[in-house]
Amino acid sequence: MTEFRTPAVELARFRRRVVVAALFVLVCLGLLAARFHFLQVQRHDYFLTRAEDNRIALLPVVPHRGTIVDRQGVVLARNYATYTLEIMPSEVRDLEGTLAELASLVPIEPRDLRRFRKLFEESRNFESVPVRSRLTDEEVARVVAQRYRLPGVDVRARLLRDYPQGTTASHVVGYIGRINERDVERIEERGETANYRGTLHMGKAGLEQSYETELHGITGVEQVEVNASGRAVRALSHTPASSGNDLELTLDIELQRVAETAFGERRGALVAIEPATGGVLALVSMPTYDPNLFVDGISTQDWRALNESPDHPLLHRAIYSTYPPGSTYKPFMALAGLETGKRTARQAIRDIGYFNFGGHRFMDDKIGGHGTVDLHKSIVVSCNTYYYQLANDLGIEGIAGFMAPFGFGERTGIDLPGEATGVLPSPEWKRSRFRKPEQQRWYAGETISVGIGQGYNAFTPLQLANAMAALVNDGKLFRPHVVKYVVDSRTGERRAVEPEPLREIPLQQAHLKSVLDAMVDVNKSGTGRRAFQGAPYSVGGKTGTAQVFSLRGQRYVEKNVRERLRDHSWFVAYAPAENPKIALAVLVENGGFGSQSAAPIARQVIDYYLLNQRAGAPAPEDEDASESVDADTGIEGAVLDGAALPALPPSSPQSPPPSPAPPAQPAVGTMAPVPPARSAR
Amino acid sequence: MNETRFNPLALARAFLRPIDPILLLLLGVLLASAHVLMQSASPERVDSQLTHFAVALAGMWLLAWLKPQRLLSLAVPLYVLGVLLLVAVDLFGEVSKGAQRWLDLGVARIQPSELMKIAMPLMLAWFFQQRENQTRFLDFVVAGLLLVVPIGLILIQPDLGTSLLVAASGLYVIFFAGLSWKLIIPVVVAGVIGLGSIVAFGDTLCQPEVDWQVLREYQKQRVCTLLDPTRDPLGKGFHIIQSTIAIGSGGLMGKGWMDGTQTHLAFLPERHTDFIFAVLAEEFGLVGAIALLCVYALLLLRGLHIAANAPTHASRLLAGAITMIFFTYAFVNMGMVSGILPVVGVPLPFISYGGTALVTLCLGIGILMSIQRSRFADKT
Repeated sequence: MTEFRTPAVELARFRRRVVVAALFVLVCLGLLAARFHFLQVQRHDYFLTRAEDNRIALLPVVPHRGTIVDRQGVVLARNYATYTLEIMPSEVRDLEGTLAELASLVPIEPRDLRRFRKLFEESRNFESVPVRSRLTDEEVARVVAQRYRLPGVDVRARLLRDYPQGTTASHVVGYIGRINERDVERIEERGETANYRGTLHMGKAGLEQSYETELHGITGVEQVEVNASGRAVRALSHTPASSGNDLELTLDIELQRVAETAFGERRGALVAIEPATGGVLALVSMPTYDPNLFVDGISTQDWRALNESPDHPLLHRAIYSTYPPGSTYKPFMALAGLETGKRTARQAIRDIGYFNFGGHRFMDDKIGGHGTVDLHKSIVVSCNTYYYQLANDLGIEGIAGFMAPFGFGERTGIDLPGEATGVLPSPEWKRSRFRKPEQQRWYAGETISVGIGQGYNAFTPLQLANAMAALVNDGKLFRPHVVKYVVDSRTGERRAVEPEPLREIPLQQAHLKSVLDAMVDVNKSGTGRRAFQGAPYSVGGKTGTAQVFSLRGQRYVEKNVRERLRDHSWFVAYAPAENPKIALAVLVENGGFGSQSAAPIARQVIDYYLLNQRAGAPAPEDEDASESVDADTGIEGAVLDGAALPALPPSSPQSPPPSPAPPAQPAVGTMAPVPPARSAR
Repeated sequence: MNETRFNPLALARAFLRPIDPILLLLLGVLLASAHVLMQSASPERVDSQLTHFAVALAGMWLLAWLKPQRLLSLAVPLYVLGVLLLVAVDLFGEVSKGAQRWLDLGVARIQPSELMKIAMPLMLAWFFQQRENQTRFLDFVVAGLLLVVPIGLILIQPDLGTSLLVAASGLYVIFFAGLSWKLIIPVVVAGVIGLGSIVAFGDTLCQPEVDWQVLREYQKQRVCTLLDPTRDPLGKGFHIIQSTIAIGSGGLMGKGWMDGTQTHLAFLPERHTDFIFAVLAEEFGLVGAIALLCVYALLLLRGLHIAANAPTHASRLLAGAITMIFFTYAFVNMGMVSGILPVVGVPLPFISYGGTALVTLCLGIGILMSIQRSRFADKT
């Protein structure tokens, strides 16, 4: 610090500093220039991409889900447009205020709000989130009138799934539900994540689940320019979505309705199959539920009601519950005797009311026995003793070996999710089923009750119906299927789900005839005669009773047994006997004897199918007379078509059974060895 | 000058006499670019921008007429007034956007810190004028005190950007007044080391639980966001990310006027004020950006030239400081928008929208013109 300086010195010093400042300025501006060069030349491509990413958004265009119709074209699942109240996250300013305001305009349930908040958190900024669906016209008017002061709120038309048949065939059709995290993972595994962008729902049960890939369609893409707040400014390009493919079923919804009505309040299952094709005509599981409840997210209350009901309406009894077949097994056993040469049709035994095995008496149903019983009579009167002996002669290996080709104890491969395997008992099965060595051993006594369809036997109604169909189809076993055609939404091409013979069991015509003749006589003079009295067609059948509860040798008296422990009632049938167009299996849970509950249901179903008649009353003047006429012609056509029907496509989805949730009750009786088998009519 | 005869040409010449043509030309280029950019960035503000131009040019013209001595004689009252207003702001000011910056006088809301940007260099220039040829170390201490008081008052508002600019304006005067390099160099070195270590240890320093003591939370956030804009891409980092995207995507030649997607689809925030440079860089590319740098460089060199040739010690200091303030505005703004400096609220000089800042800057140009003119009249 100089204390005295001349102005000249001072000026010189100042000018030096000015030069320094000027250099500093130029260096700094040069630094900026270098930075600009870096950003605008060296990294230009990167930033240009970023800018394009900013402004271009790909919006999914959700395809219309395919519809499902029955073999007559009656709609089982469709889409309908509904107004939904939605909020665009990027545009709403005060979310809570807006929601409160909306709640004052239209009723919004707490569960709507919960669902909205969940979706809102997951949403992308420019995808609008539904608050409430199914607005009435009046509600739409109220919201629209106030919309000017509610930024981000919009009323949009969306497609919702609708099941116009309600509870009818709900287990077959299934339902869709909101895609959850598990679904997202599964979609990822299938590599379909991109195709599901924008899709909120997917099939969760029934055909909706198993044909998900067909029904969903291909998501379109709309390329839009968006501004910073996510609002689309203009469309750049548009790839339309392709609607999902439609399904035409083999199922006849009117037949299904007749069957379901015939069950009334009773629980059970019915499977009706077209023997020549394996097409499923009716697939009943009672009680049913309304799939419409699931479409928009089921309420806790409804869910609890369905889930906690002792009747288990969600359970698909026809394909997932397994029951011992009872005496419906006897025709198969008889055929086994003939085919293996252990019996001839003429050969007779003396039934004295029981079969003695190792000092233990296996009781017949009739005290004192049926006297002299040959094969024919053994089926007509359902003689246990005949089959105790036959089972003993065949041995468990012999029985299992003969029955396996009929599909007992194996999944039929029906095009529905969640099929159970069932149990075809054999020493081998027992070894893998149990852990303790003493349990693993097969006791010869166990073979005896297996012979009358009790014991460890556990089959689904579908397995039994399909085996029945094979029996009347000269041993040709099909993979049963519910879908007849997949209709391509773009080309309109109808791809047939071809009947696929799983195998042809070599059977001798004479043997078959002996068994089937006896089954016809069951309904003429045997255990099914009351149910089929006056039937204008010939029909073969067999009653059965599956034990739920072992009485340990005491006689079974129905009224003494609690309703839930009563025997299950079975009936298998086919008609017309000379050229079967329908084969079916009916099971009524806790229905008692087969002739009591199951056979009358079978009668109503066959009457309707062959004669187009409703229970008892001649039907033509029904309220839906016109439909009946259609149905009539449809049947004729269907049968003819059926002959030429081809097999399931390899792509047909086969899902494994969902959870290891135990079937409601069915398996109960099967696990305990029940040496003293009771009656089986 | 003949006062009896009406001569329009002479009148015009008289009117324009204090105007420095070079400065006016450069200013004209800048204001014209501002006008062009505003039509793209925010067309609805174009009209009021023109009003700002008129007011600012009038202010410039008035100051250009005023002799530097007259202006310097106002230094002490302006400074005192400024400090008093700052105290008033801290006591009674309006809170806006988390800071107390405005004073409502009933007629108009004023921002006294803006006044300080002129009053501070004026005051220090006046002060060093008094100590001309006998400047001692103690004088620098006094100057430092004069500087610290208003800066402290602005800092507690809090307004980091303005206090930095006011501090810079004062420090430039002190620098030009001849503060020893022995003092300057250590401070600069310490500053560089400090900044360097912040950059190096940014990750640890930016942990939420670290309290920075001297800086407020929002200032810490700004620094941290600069160090790593991606830490808050939708919040505080959004500005920097979007502006660098705008600049980088402009490329060499730009996307064309009115065709900047970042600008027109509103991805660029504050595009008519602090981030208007990104609009330029996006639509006119590197060419436009370098052109702007050149105009600034010419303006600054002209200002320094005027300072170097100014007749009095005070006017030299004043001209030098004002020029360097222009530089500081420009550098900090462009540095911030291009992501090499933290986001401090500094406008791009002469181009960003905003009447107060433009008037202040044009008053500075007016002072430069006045000093340029005075070198003939008052040579000492």
